[in-house]
Amino acid sequence: MWPLIQIELLKIFRKPRTYISFGAIAIMVIIIQIALKFDGKSYIEFIVGSLQDSLDIPYTNILNGYFVCFIILNLLLIHIPLLIALVAGDSIAGEANMGTLRLIASKPVSRTGLLLAKFVAAVIYTALLLIWLAFISLLLSILIFGTNDILVARNDALEIIRSSDVMWRYLLAFAYATLALTTVAALAFLLSVFAENSIGPIVSTISIVIVFTILSEMQIPLYDRTVKPFLFTSHMLAWKGFFYCKIDAGGTAIPGTIENIRAIGKSGLILFVYIIGFVSTAIFVFNKKDILS
Amino acid sequence: MIVKSYLLICLLLFNQTEFIRAQEPAVLMKQIGVKLEKISDYEADAHFKTEISFLKVPDADVKIYYKKPDKIKIKNENGISLVPKETTSISLYSLVKSPYQSLDAGRDTVQGIPVRIIKLLPSDENSELVLATLYIDERRLLVLKAKTTTRESGTNEVELYYGKFISTGLPDKIIFSFNTQDFKLPKGVTFDYDDGTAKKKPVEPGKSQRGKIEIVYLSYSINKGLSDSVFR
Repeated sequence: MWPLIQIELLKIFRKPRTYISFGAIAIMVIIIQIALKFDGKSYIEFIVGSLQDSLDIPYTNILNGYFVCFIILNLLLIHIPLLIALVAGDSIAGEANMGTLRLIASKPVSRTGLLLAKFVAAVIYTALLLIWLAFISLLLSILIFGTNDILVARNDALEIIRSSDVMWRYLLAFAYATLALTTVAALAFLLSVFAENSIGPIVSTISIVIVFTILSEMQIPLYDRTVKPFLFTSHMLAWKGFFYCKIDAGGTAIPGTIENIRAIGKSGLILFVYIIGFVSTAIFVFNKKDILS
Repeated sequence: MIVKSYLLICLLLFNQTEFIRAQEPAVLMKQIGVKLEKISDYEADAHFKTEISFLKVPDADVKIYYKKPDKIKIKNENGISLVPKETTSISLYSLVKSPYQSLDAGRDTVQGIPVRIIKLLPSDENSELVLATLYIDERRLLVLKAKTTTRESGTNEVELYYGKFISTGLPDKIIFSFNTQDFKLPKGVTFDYDDGTAKKKPVEPGKSQRGKIEIVYLSYSINKGLSDSVFR
């Protein structure tokens, strides 16, 4: 299996489009960092709104590497599925488009093994993209802005987490983000099985993610009760749950705690089920498929 | 608006052993003013606890700086603390030094101790402060509680507890309570993760809720001289 995965990784990383994702992430992150470096106070003022009239806001301390990384993840993790779909959507449809799929399928390797190797390669690509994002958004931000406690803005509350209590949350958040984006990769992978060129699965994946994200965030009770709990996009945001602390009876945040670990676990499980479902369906369809290209 | 009140109050508490039972309010306030003069500045290490419905923050160790007449700064040198401006916006020292009418408002009990209630009405009708009520332990000449009503912030309250620092007239612990508003993140800033935790009921428009700050003093360094740059 590993030689197959290596071959697939080689295919991925020999394509120039693969590096578009890494370059795009670097450019977007650096643009955000520059903006916050020179005008971060305005952004914080926008977040705290009228609270600046009643609270003494320590802008300089708030604008630190942990805070900047959180903002970057907030902004980018919604858009990174596009970059994931670029590669995962191309993995099978791209081969079909080039006419190499039939050739590969004729090799003494099971179709299931072939597909799993392609999927594992897509997952490795996703993980590398996240590691790159972590490096550039967290470590570079720490180098530029330093470290301090992190201010986390929620819809109806502000949380402060001590700097000594932050890094493990980021590790778990990035690990979870890898799972979330693997779900997108699995979806693109499934759609790729049905297509003869990569544009279709890439655009379809992005369209589905956009529609689901809108449904997840519209906050219309009808959808909130019926559809939202089952959309994978609702559960992709669970990485933020690692930054929500439990509070004691007096309302004080308890360091080292997570507000609702069960909910995060449930979200992770739902994403895992989606991944299994997408990949199993892709294997089933691919095994039944009459490959003509 | 409350914490500065405590500072002044702290100043009030200066060690005076005279017993001034049933003095005229003006005389009592004059003595308090004289006592407040004795503390020019201090730097204190303290433990800071916040109870505001929309803030989820851990307790913090902070430094508190005071300089006469009305400069107060609360700094968290190892992290971030969001300090309500109410805590630093009123100075009892300024209050006592500004023109006012003092009225005897009877007696009560605070922390199980009999107190004299003195109401202060500012002579300046344009003053931000509308009314101040002090609960004074006449026997020890300590202010145990103060309520201030301002045009902007409504009614704030500070309660002072004395112990090991009583010889300096400064409190061991103070609790401020004040009006707060609700917090709502601007739309579009973030997609929040709905983890299923019960959401707090939003405050009805126009209604306020109470926030609370608790400060436990660990040490004081008094009248050592403080630069104005500390308060910037």
